[in-house]
Amino acid sequence: MVQTIASVGLPIDEMLMIQKNRLIPQSGLSGNEKRISIVTGTHGDELEGQYVCYELQRRIKENEECLTGIVDVYPSLNPLGIDSITRGMPGFDLDMNRLFPGSENGSMPEYIASQIINDLSGSAAVIDIHASNIFLEEIPQVRINELSQDTLVPLAKLLNVDYIWIHSSATVLESTLAYSLNIIGTPTLVVEMGVGMRITKKYGDQLVDGIFALMKELGIWSGEVPTPKTPIISEDGEVSFINARKSGVFVPSVEHWKNVKKGDHIGDILNPLTGEIHQKITSETDGIVFTLREYPIVSEGSLIARILA
Amino acid sequence: MEEQIFFELNSVYRDNMRIKGYTFGSGEKSACIVGATRGNEVQQVYICSRLINILGQLEQQNKIKDGKSVTVVPCVNSHSMNIGKRFWSTDNTDINRMFPGYDLGETTQRIAAGVFKNVSNYKFGIQFTSFYMQGSFIPHVRMMKTGFEDIELAKDFGLPYVFRREARPYDTTTLNYNWQIWETKAFSVYTNATDSIDTNSAAEAVNAVLSFLNKQGIIDYNCHEGYISKFIDGQELVNVKTLTAGFFIRYAQVNARVKKGDLLAVIADPYTGEVTDRITSPTNGIVFFHADQPVIYSHTPLYRIIPTDDLI
Repeated sequence: MVQTIASVGLPIDEMLMIQKNRLIPQSGLSGNEKRISIVTGTHGDELEGQYVCYELQRRIKENEECLTGIVDVYPSLNPLGIDSITRGMPGFDLDMNRLFPGSENGSMPEYIASQIINDLSGSAAVIDIHASNIFLEEIPQVRINELSQDTLVPLAKLLNVDYIWIHSSATVLESTLAYSLNIIGTPTLVVEMGVGMRITKKYGDQLVDGIFALMKELGIWSGEVPTPKTPIISEDGEVSFINARKSGVFVPSVEHWKNVKKGDHIGDILNPLTGEIHQKITSETDGIVFTLREYPIVSEGSLIARILA
Repeated sequence: MEEQIFFELNSVYRDNMRIKGYTFGSGEKSACIVGATRGNEVQQVYICSRLINILGQLEQQNKIKDGKSVTVVPCVNSHSMNIGKRFWSTDNTDINRMFPGYDLGETTQRIAAGVFKNVSNYKFGIQFTSFYMQGSFIPHVRMMKTGFEDIELAKDFGLPYVFRREARPYDTTTLNYNWQIWETKAFSVYTNATDSIDTNSAAEAVNAVLSFLNKQGIIDYNCHEGYISKFIDGQELVNVKTLTAGFFIRYAQVNARVKKGDLLAVIADPYTGEVTDRITSPTNGIVFFHADQPVIYSHTPLYRIIPTDDLI
């Protein structure tokens, strides 16, 4: 059943609506069912979650008799952004994931943020699906604030991702959806995978398998589920960053999610005007490339790769 | 006057971006003034250009006090300003959400680090900045509640109001917040323009800064000292919002004195012209802020009013 959880009037004959679809057991609700919420589309240029929302519901509908809890699917927390290929909220140029928990009496984006929090609050688990951005490709991973790791790591292990990154706490991240929900006791896992403005079907299928495994663990799904893969789990100290020292055009010479050795050639930053190599980039460590630059144009400082030692 | 390049960013096809600082006097790092961090903050660059011009004249007249120096950084984001974009030209990140920066990090982290290295360790820090919502303010000095803010000192600008608000998590990466954490007494000065030049408002801001520097014994400048500033806490302001979208027809302007029940604005249906909401003042007071978009979303804060006891 499609429900509108927040609506706001736009100036010229249009309503902005944040919608979810609720799937419930065929037998109806007793009031004791657990709820899992799948949210995505906070950033309008991140589309990987769109396929996950569809595929999850398709598989549930194929075996509806196995659904023993509530599944809420929120495919677009930022409909204007998705529609206009805009990362933030059009009209405000705001990053929606820096507005939570929002405010009932605040501006329009803050009001919407508060309604989203109200609706998600109380879920047994929330999966907040992101897709990096247009610049970087990521392997399927869950990112967890160190403050929440005791609660979230056991849940994240079920999600069938390749990697769990436990990162340090930063004050600025306290305005995110995940932080705001975790702090009020609603376990929320942030998934990053793929690349902006694109859908990587194999990653979507992989995550949907994991969501079913998590649903089974939570008592929301009684059907058979695949055994989740065992993810690599690491903390900040094991991740090395490679940033561009020069501006230019980046051409990689490694593949994403492949092992590299210290000194291996990662790629080059080229100057097409002069035909020169501005920077030859090599790995400073043995490890695996879990983030790789996708968008070729780089400025000094642009992230080229992250390597897990 | 000494012109220095504080940070330079190379670009494959564009001219390098140079962040320049202009220093007057020598000795103690007394005051640093920073203008635009966003590409649409034209008024903020304009104000800085006026200050650079006047400080240059004062320096020639030996009116910068011995052992004191003032540095002005008019613009830290000229690449965005030159293409008419508010945030960073490639990845749309906000430089004023990157402080204190990281010199080995991403591009805007490096810019912030390059700027912060050169604008920190001053006794006073003054930033001209802008609000995320379109609208007009009474000129004021704005501060975040960090425990380091100095309200009495802020009154030395002689602007009508000193405004303090609670710091939010995302404020911890602004220049103002980091100045305070690193023991610079920091102030944000708001005028009533951003992406256009309002010469009267700019002149008021220039006078406020010069008056402040004069009172701190940094320059010798005889000027009108402005107002006896009133302090207002963000929680005191009365917010007026509408639940209706449409044309926003504004009657009450910034600085207007209004009485409870006065008509401030109407919202009109964009097709039929029918008035769908009448916005009245919930209190006696003074209009501190109003939105200025011609069309507005529902749930938009339209006015912020300083409540008063006026019986007139």
